[in-house]
Amino acid sequence: MATIDHSTTFLLGRLNLSAIPQDPIVWATFVVVVIGGAGLMAVLTKYRLWGYLWHEWFTTVDHKKIGIMYMVLALIMLLRGFADAVMMRLQSILAFNGSEGYLNSHHYDQIFTAHGVIMIFFVAMPFITGLMNYLVPLQIGARDVSFPFLNNLSFWMTVGGAVIIMASLFVGEFAQTGWLAFPPLSGIGFSPWVGVDYYIWGLQVAGVGTTLSGINLLVTIIKMRAPGMDYMRMPIFTWTALCTNILIVASFPVLTVTLVLLTLDRYVGTNFFTSDLGGNAMLYVNLIWIWGHPEVYILILPLFGVFSEVTATFSGKRLFGYTSMVYATVCITVLSYIVWLHHFFTMGSGASVNAFFGITTMIISVPTGAKLFNWIFTMYRGRIRFDLPMMWTVAFMLTFTVGGMTGVLLAVPPADFVLHNSLFLVAHFHNVIIGGVLFGLFAAINFWWPKASGSSWTSSGARSASGCGSWASGSRSCRCTSWA
Amino acid sequence: MTPTIADDAQYWDTSPHHHEEGASTTIGFWIYLMSDCLMFAVLFAVFGVLGQSYAAGPGPQALFELHLVAINTAFLLLSSLTFGFAMLSTVAGRQDRAMLWLGATLVLGLAFLAVEIYEFQHLIHLGAGPQRSAFLSSFFALVGTHGLHVAFGCLWLGTLMIQIRKHGLTGANIRRMTCLSMFWHFLDVIWIGVFTFVYLLGMI
Repeated sequence: MATIDHSTTFLLGRLNLSAIPQDPIVWATFVVVVIGGAGLMAVLTKYRLWGYLWHEWFTTVDHKKIGIMYMVLALIMLLRGFADAVMMRLQSILAFNGSEGYLNSHHYDQIFTAHGVIMIFFVAMPFITGLMNYLVPLQIGARDVSFPFLNNLSFWMTVGGAVIIMASLFVGEFAQTGWLAFPPLSGIGFSPWVGVDYYIWGLQVAGVGTTLSGINLLVTIIKMRAPGMDYMRMPIFTWTALCTNILIVASFPVLTVTLVLLTLDRYVGTNFFTSDLGGNAMLYVNLIWIWGHPEVYILILPLFGVFSEVTATFSGKRLFGYTSMVYATVCITVLSYIVWLHHFFTMGSGASVNAFFGITTMIISVPTGAKLFNWIFTMYRGRIRFDLPMMWTVAFMLTFTVGGMTGVLLAVPPADFVLHNSLFLVAHFHNVIIGGVLFGLFAAINFWWPKASGSSWTSSGARSASGCGSWASGSRSCRCTSWA
Repeated sequence: MTPTIADDAQYWDTSPHHHEEGASTTIGFWIYLMSDCLMFAVLFAVFGVLGQSYAAGPGPQALFELHLVAINTAFLLLSSLTFGFAMLSTVAGRQDRAMLWLGATLVLGLAFLAVEIYEFQHLIHLGAGPQRSAFLSSFFALVGTHGLHVAFGCLWLGTLMIQIRKHGLTGANIRRMTCLSMFWHFLDVIWIGVFTFVYLLGMI
């Protein structure tokens, strides 16, 4: 990073030419984006698609189209998040034995942060929100969600957050703080430039959009079900969507306030999380994880619903243990609020507090385990067809079990003291998020693609992709486990 | 809608049914209020953690004037009462009277804000601004967020009064008024928490 000119001008404030990153990698990316963007615009103009896009898609209040737009947004952001992952891996390969690799620390830390932020907030979240938007009204027999216009607003707020994050690539910088921006590192003293501000504003805009969409879908499920569909007759995906949206409404406001307080610390000079005048950085860590732990269940629960639908369909049987599945989902919803401290056992909360959260963490794995048995019993003596969604589901069962078992291991505080900050932990949460959320989304996209597009879409290439996916993540988890 | 029982089988009306416009608005707004309540819960928790961290600066007893806060509490509680009367007049279909009560609510809300702004300005003048200590940061955040909500409520109230004057007590306007009244009473409940935990307990 070159030196930054901090002088201000009347209209643009601190924005000046020194805000453009002095980095050939970023320039090359910029050139590719400009060429690609111009090409896309040209195609849209040539085929006169602007009016169609504007009237039929961008301003639509149709839940199905909004759902699909969420999925497209997530796919685009997946490209960026995946590129970040590849860059980090490449740096790990090159930087050893005295070599510094091809990324300086300023650039690497931004990629590291952006990867986490993008994958959670702008890939996984739009994917599941899109899926719920598309499926829930169809499953409960409603024409649309309760507040269709609000639905469109929520979508565009999510896009707004994504645009803010993407803009940081070419103007200024992104946070170098890790995906949750712990203070005092994210405070004004250690992060004086615009990186953390991009982080805060991107998350605030998208986060409010998510809260609104959570309220919308929750009301939809409560009020718009078809006559006769009482709660225990709801499709299992709708059940998981109901619990997910309860979690969204009851956790995203915590994120919003926590980020507001961080903003006040940075802009106004308050002392919530500072190191002096009574501030307490550990308060931030607690607050952000009180949101953060329910968040991981927000991500996985809808996919548990997807796996339930897929397993039942491709085993040619009813779902085994519908009622226990519902209770397991509700148990997870409640328990997800009392495990947050396991994300920082090493902070020093004391043996009793650590023991409490260690035990609750082990308890929350029980309903998840019950679900896995339900899926296996659904397959038992069924006429199983290994179509693509089913292949992703089986890959999920294997990968997620490894992720789950490493999770229970990490729930033991003394083990966590040894394993924290290691690739063992990284392997654990990638096994559950890739094996659970991403594989679930692939299963869902394959499963409902014919419904959404009107044409089916199966190839041997896609089949081997599913096999490779499970093989790759399985071998990675074994390798990382052995490294620890 | 209702199941009719014939023999031991149940049948439901499967013909296209209609969801009344705005039928979900009340529960939707309730759920929004609960999410807002959670924001206040976090601010209360932050105040609980940081409320004793004076950083060798002034504490509650040196800063708060209970008389002023008691007057302010009275303003806000009375405004809830007047909003209640506005709703009763609305149900009775008496628009003029409803407007009068809404006007009284607005005046009380603005009076509350004026006193709060005076209090904040006074504290900052004393050198007890939000930057002084973690206690003051959390105090200003909690009370200020409540005040900001009241300010938005006043803005909404003013807008709604213009709407009612132009279009009368239409279905949409009554729905908006119901939402605003929930919002207003909700802020009252939050203020009772603020008054108790921040001011009264602080003075002990």
